[in-house]
This record gives sequence, structure tokens and C-alpha cells, in this order.
Amino acid sequence: MQETAAKKPAGLRLDLSFVYRFSRIFVLALLVTFMALVTPNFLTGTNTINILRQASLSAILALGETIVILTAGIDLSIGAVLTMSGIVGATVLKMDGVPLWVGVLAGVGCGALVGLLNGLMVAVVRLPAFIATYGTMWIAQGLAVVFLRGYIIYDFDKRFRFIGTGYFLDIPMPIIIMALVFGVFWFIMHKSTLGRSLYAVGARQETARLSGINIQRTLILAYTFSGLCAGLAGMLFVARLNAAEAGLGDSLLLPVIAGVVLGGTSLFGGEGGISGTVIGVIIMMIIINGMNLLGINSVWQGPVQGAIIIIAVILDQWGRRAAARQQVGG
Amino acid sequence: MTGVPLIAARGIYKAFPGVQALDNVDFDLYPGEAHVLIGENGAGKSTLMKILAGAYHPDAGTIEVQGNEVKIQNPREAHSLGISIIYQEYNLVPFLNVAQNIYLGRAPRRQTPLLGALVDHKKMHADAETLLRSLNTDVDTHATVKFLGVAQQQMCEVAKAVSVNARVIIMDEPTAALTSREIEQLFNLIRLLKSKGIGIVYISHRLNEVHEIGDRVTVLRDGRYIDTKQVSEVTVDDMISMMVGRSIENLYPRNYREPGEMALRVTGLSSQALRLRHVNLNVRCGEIVGLAGLVGAGRTELAKAIFGAAPYDSGAVEIFGQPIEKNNSPAKMVRRGVGLIPEDRKSEGLALILSVAENVVMASLERLFPRSFVSGKKEASVVDGAIKDLAIATPSGKRQVQFLSGGNQQKVVLAKWLATNSRLFIFDEPTRGIDVGAKAEVHSLMDRLVAQGAAVLMISSELPEILGMSDRVYAMHEGRVVAEVPRAEATQERLLAYMMGQENGNTRNN
Ligand SMILES: Nc1ncnc2c1ncn2[C@@H]1O[C@H](COP(=O)(O)OP(=O)(O)OP(=O)(O)O)[C@@H](O)[C@H]1O
Ligand SMILES: [Mg+2]
Repeated sequence: MQETAAKKPAGLRLDLSFVYRFSRIFVLALLVTFMALVTPNFLTGTNTINILRQASLSAILALGETIVILTAGIDLSIGAVLTMSGIVGATVLKMDGVPLWVGVLAGVGCGALVGLLNGLMVAVVRLPAFIATYGTMWIAQGLAVVFLRGYIIYDFDKRFRFIGTGYFLDIPMPIIIMALVFGVFWFIMHKSTLGRSLYAVGARQETARLSGINIQRTLILAYTFSGLCAGLAGMLFVARLNAAEAGLGDSLLLPVIAGVVLGGTSLFGGEGGISGTVIGVIIMMIIINGMNLLGINSVWQGPVQGAIIIIAVILDQWGRRAAARQQVGG
Repeated sequence: MTGVPLIAARGIYKAFPGVQALDNVDFDLYPGEAHVLIGENGAGKSTLMKILAGAYHPDAGTIEVQGNEVKIQNPREAHSLGISIIYQEYNLVPFLNVAQNIYLGRAPRRQTPLLGALVDHKKMHADAETLLRSLNTDVDTHATVKFLGVAQQQMCEVAKAVSVNARVIIMDEPTAALTSREIEQLFNLIRLLKSKGIGIVYISHRLNEVHEIGDRVTVLRDGRYIDTKQVSEVTVDDMISMMVGRSIENLYPRNYREPGEMALRVTGLSSQALRLRHVNLNVRCGEIVGLAGLVGAGRTELAKAIFGAAPYDSGAVEIFGQPIEKNNSPAKMVRRGVGLIPEDRKSEGLALILSVAENVVMASLERLFPRSFVSGKKEASVVDGAIKDLAIATPSGKRQVQFLSGGNQQKVVLAKWLATNSRLFIFDEPTRGIDVGAKAEVHSLMDRLVAQGAAVLMISSELPEILGMSDRVYAMHEGRVVAEVPRAEATQERLLAYMMGQENGNTRNN
């Protein structure tokens, strides 16, 4: 009970919880050093910007996903919702006489709406998040295919494309938008009562409920945020590619979830946060980019990412337990 | 004490980040004795026992088991040395039956070749049966643990401990969740074990138990060894002053006053699922109303129904004169100024992986931050205030609640509800696992609450607490309120009779 450090046999002891907390930064630093050594092109300005630009789109998705995972849920529909919102937004943009912002809003709104439906299924109908969002994934993807029937919507207004390809003060727009989303979410998670509720619901739902926290509202908002992020990322994708097609969001789910778990958010809810996620996503992007630079066949990207998810979760649990065990001795 | 001690621990040190939990502590235990270990919350009792059970490793110190120095690396080694522990928090697997729990991981295998990997259920149940009978209990070995009462679960824990041929059984606050009758059963069991030469380490905050069951008592304070005495040589007051370092004049500080406005009125509340039958009761502002009953009488269920946390079929609830729509939610009740301090702190009172601070403000987010914006300064002042007021032993508000001692966790739950500024509090076992000093503080805090015009409905399995704190007492039996007893007429015997359904009260409710 005294507020003193161990005064008897203290000795030198590595503070594992400190190591654990900063382990992501170590991994990132290690990875950057390694890549810089093996590939000369890695540390060039263009490649760095490239990685960050790619990372920013995934990061926007991952930020929303993090919030859902923090509530002890999961959103498997983000890739499909991205596709569907991109197509809805693109369709509205192509309508005559409709202002650009309405098109963007339609895409983002479509994502938010699907997220809201996910939230209702999880919070009100009480479906397992895995089932609800897995179903949504197939519905959204299917609708996108049915709607486009193999066509591609392309060639958009330059002012719209600016949000995907333009620069502001020499910084690519997607990075700026990602930073804005991060700022807003950081504020929500750390400075608002909603953030507290999200962590409480994820850490122990029954306690949160008996503490007067509105569980349904909290969960619905979490899934709506995730859908909104998918919608926004969808519009950025369309702006960057200057096209919308039914394969827009393919193969995005995997690196996003890998980024979230690499970032240290616990799949059991209540632990972790969005700052780790950004680092996790950047690590994922460097790995993918590195594999490209090293000329590794892209078919290997799937297995590598799958393995990373599993290893990351194992290491994370192990690290958490080791840090906790040091707290409890041993 | 003569002979070779079963356990002799010398000069034990153990530090956690920011806390010296044990600071040069000695402890020993002889065959056939019950050695009681007492001390305030966070004094290091559980930590010392976890070291003996191999769950933690000491930073320094020696442990001898029957004269041989040992290093206990893990719980399995402790078992093989004959040391069993029943933790403060129960450790049975809820979905398995009694026999499976007793022989968890050690189930007897079939003797037939080829089938040797299969569990011999017949033998397992027969063994469990013999074991339970030898402990004079009648728990069914086929019963799923989830459906057992707390007392029966405890019997299983004891049986499990005995089944490894334990020579030492450590019980960490075994009676915290038991009622007086069940405690008597447990004590008989302990006497039986003692007569078989087993040594018992017994941790409790209920000091009146020390004389009943203990032979020697050791006191820890702030991680330091204070003294070991023969139980016959010390009084309860001596123990308190050794534990706290001062004496506590009054465990039940109450100022009784004229009750005010009606805070809670329950009429004809019934629920099939909760097994509540036509419950009537009321609580006025300025009053502490006790709710007595045996485990299973429906007190916790009633509290949850009132709080909107569990549905009921019929009846009416009024809060401060306002009728409440049926099957309200806790969120709405919190907004109306009602707080429920739940019985089960780990699964209902706390989010263990969150910090002390996050837990403390959890129920008052709307009140403290009406504009949804969390001010760190305001939060810190509330949290630091609570840590100080309730003397919560934690290095800071940032520590995860799971690393606090049991009693300090309970204080965090209390702090959470005090921060809400509610006007009607339902306390469900508010001082379970809390040391005497803190108990007196919680009691005076309750008295202060009602002095400020709040109303308190207090559920407690400790009759002295009910008698010492209540303006009025309701007794419950099998889902009914069977009696309402004013303070002047409340005696332990009378309440017990009502609680056991032996007598019909003067205000029978159906
Ligand atoms: N795993 C842990 N990590 C960090 N600190 C711990 C841990 N376990 C215990 N402590 C700290 O060590 C001190 C002693 O705790 P311990 O659980 O032994 O107290 P106790 O005497 O059993 O109290 P109680 O009566 O409340 O159960 C407390 O200050 C507690 O916060
Ligand atoms: Mg303890």
C-alpha cells in the first residue's frame, strides 16, 4: 500500500508494459530500416508519399473498424459497403445538374445508412456482429454487381477528382482527409462521453448497462461510424481511380483488419485505440509495398496478410499477458 | 505451538509496480489449526496466500513445507506439496457439474484398454459422492454448478481442495457471500477438517468469526507483519486497532431523524421469472431501510426489478411520487436519480480492464459532462476526490481496476455511484469484502447520504449491519416480503425467524 517502488530485491527489470505499449513503433522502425537496406527505392520521397497515400484510404476504413472492434464487435462488410457507396455516389455524380457535393454526400450517406442497418441488427435484433455484417457484405456486393451489370462508371469532374488526386500544400488530399477523420475520431474516443461509453460497452456490457449507459445507441453509432468511413473511403477511391466498378473494395477487408489488430486493439473489446490502428495500417502498407518492390508475386499477399493477422493476435495476447504477469509478479 | 509446522514462510517480500504489497512478512501454520489472517483492504493478505499457492513468486524470502525449504513455482507444485487454495473469487466452471469441477483436469480414466483416454464417469461420481458425504454435505454430484447456491458452490470448492489430499487449505474470505446459517455449515466443515489434522488458513473481514473458528490470528497492515496472537488472548477491539493502527469507536454510526418525502414505493410487484410475489415496500428520504433475507429470497432480483434491470409482470413502482412505466431501463432510472450498487462487482459493478477513473465516472457521464465533452480536469477532480474520500488503495486513477485488491475494487463501485449524486440508492451487499475501517467509513457515508436527504434501501446478509444501520427492516422469504419491522422491535432472532419463513409478519403482503 505504500507508494514506493520495490525497495528490497529490485534489480534491473525491463518494464514489460512499457515495451508492450511501444512495441508497434519498434516494429515500424525495424521494418522501415529493413526495407531501406534491401530496396534502394524504398526511402525515396515518391515511394513514401505513395505508401502514405495508399495507407490513408485503408486507414480511414480501419478507423471505423477500430471503433466497432472496441465494442467487442466486428464489421466484415466494409469492403462491400465501400464498393456500393462508391457506385451510388458515382451514379449521382453523373446525373445532370446535380451539384458535386450532393454526389459525395450520397456516397458517404449510403455508407452511413448501411452502417446504421448493421447497427440495428446487432443492437436491436441482437444478431451476432459476425453474422449481421457478413450478410450485409454479400448483399452490398451483390447489389453493386446487379446494378452495374459489368459496366464501369468513369470520367468524373476534375473538381471531384481533386479529393482523390489533388494536393494541398504539397500534401496529397487523401492524407489530409485521413488526418481530419483521425482528428474527429480522436476527439470522440478520448474527449467525449460517447468515447467513454464505447470503451465501457466493449469492456463489459452488463456493467455499462447497469451504469445507465444506453447500449443500443452506443452500438448503433459505432456501426454507423464504420459505414460512414467506408462510404467516405469509397468516394475517395472513385475520385482517385476516376472510375467506379464492382471490384472497388475487393481485398480491402483483410489488410484493414490486420492493421487494426497489429495496432493493438483487442478483438475482445475495450482495449486498444485508433492511434495504434494508424500505425498498424502503415505497417501493413509497407509490407505490401515491400513485397511489390522486392518483386514477390502478388498472389502471396493474401497468405502473408492472413498469417500476419494470426501472428499479430497471438503476439498481442502474449504481450498483454506478459505485461500483466509482470504486474502480478512472476 | 509445537511440532513441525506445515508451512513456515519467513521474510517474504513482494512488490507490484507502485505498491510494496508485502514487506518482510512471516507466517506459519501447524497441523490441525485454523490460522486467521486479517488486515485492511490491500494489506497483502491475498498476495501472501497466492505466493503460498504458487500463483505469485516472492521477490525475497523463504518458504518451508514440513521443514523442507521449497520454491513453489506454480499452482501444480503447490498441489503436490499438499497446499490448496480457495480464492476470494470463485473458480468453478459454471457449465460443468459438481463432480467434473471437483476432478477438473484429474478425472479418473477408464481401466479398459483402448478406452483409457475416456473419463470414467461412474467412478468420478462415486468418488465425488464419497468425498462430499465425508464432508457431511448433501450436494448432488450431477448438479450443474451454475444452478447451485453460493453456499453449495463453496462446498464444492472445499471438496475440490480436499480431493488433492491437501494438508493445507487456504480460504480467502469464504464467508463473504454466505448467510449466517451457511456460515455455520462451513464452520462445522472446518472443524471436521481440523480434526483430520489439516491446517486451515482463514482470511476474513468478519472479525466476530475469528473467535468462533480461529486458533491463532495474524495481522498485516500496509504489507507489513504486525503480530501473531492466540485468539483467546485478543478481543475484537484489539484486532481492530492492530489492523487499522487506531481504534474504531462505532461501526454503525447512525443519526436517526424524521423521514421526509416518499422516495420509493413498490406496490404488488410480481414476476414469474424473478420469483417475486406481490411485493410491497416503501422507502422515504432520510431513511435507511434494510432488506433482510436468506440467499435466494429474491432480494437482489427485487433490486434489479426496481432499477429497471430485470423485467417484472405486474405491480407498480413510484420514484419520488412519480409512477414509473413498467420495465424501465437502468439508463432512465439513473437519470431520475436512482443508483444500484450491485452485488456482483466483477461482472456487474466494474469493467475490470478499464481504469479506476473510467469506472468511477461511468455512471455519471451525463451529469458531469452535460455537453458530451469530457473535461479531463473535472474528471480528475471527481476521481481523485473519490480515491481520497474512500481511501482507495491505488497508485493513481489510471491503474486498471483488475489490479486492485478485492476490497478496493468494491470501493471503486461505491465511488462510481456516489459520483452520480443520486437521491435513492439501492445498496446490494455494500460492505462485502470490505475491512472494518472502510466498513465504518461506508456506514457513516450512508448516514451522511440520508442526512443530505437521500433515501437508502440496503440489502445485506449480515444481520448486525441490518440491525445497526436500518430505520426499518423488511424481511423477505421465497420472493415475498413477509414482515416489516421497525428499528425498536428488530432483533436478530425475530428477523431470522421471518427470513426462514417460520413466522408470519405483522404486515403480510398477500
Ligand atoms: N496483480 C496485481 N497487480 C498490481 N498490484 C496488485 C496486484 N495484486 C494486488 N496488488 C496490490 O497489492 C496490494 C495488496 O493486495 P491484496 O490483494 O493482497 O490485498 P488484500 O489484503 O487481500 O485486500 P482485500 O481485503 O481488499 O482483499 C494492494 O495494494 C493491491 O492493489
Ligand atoms: Mg484479498
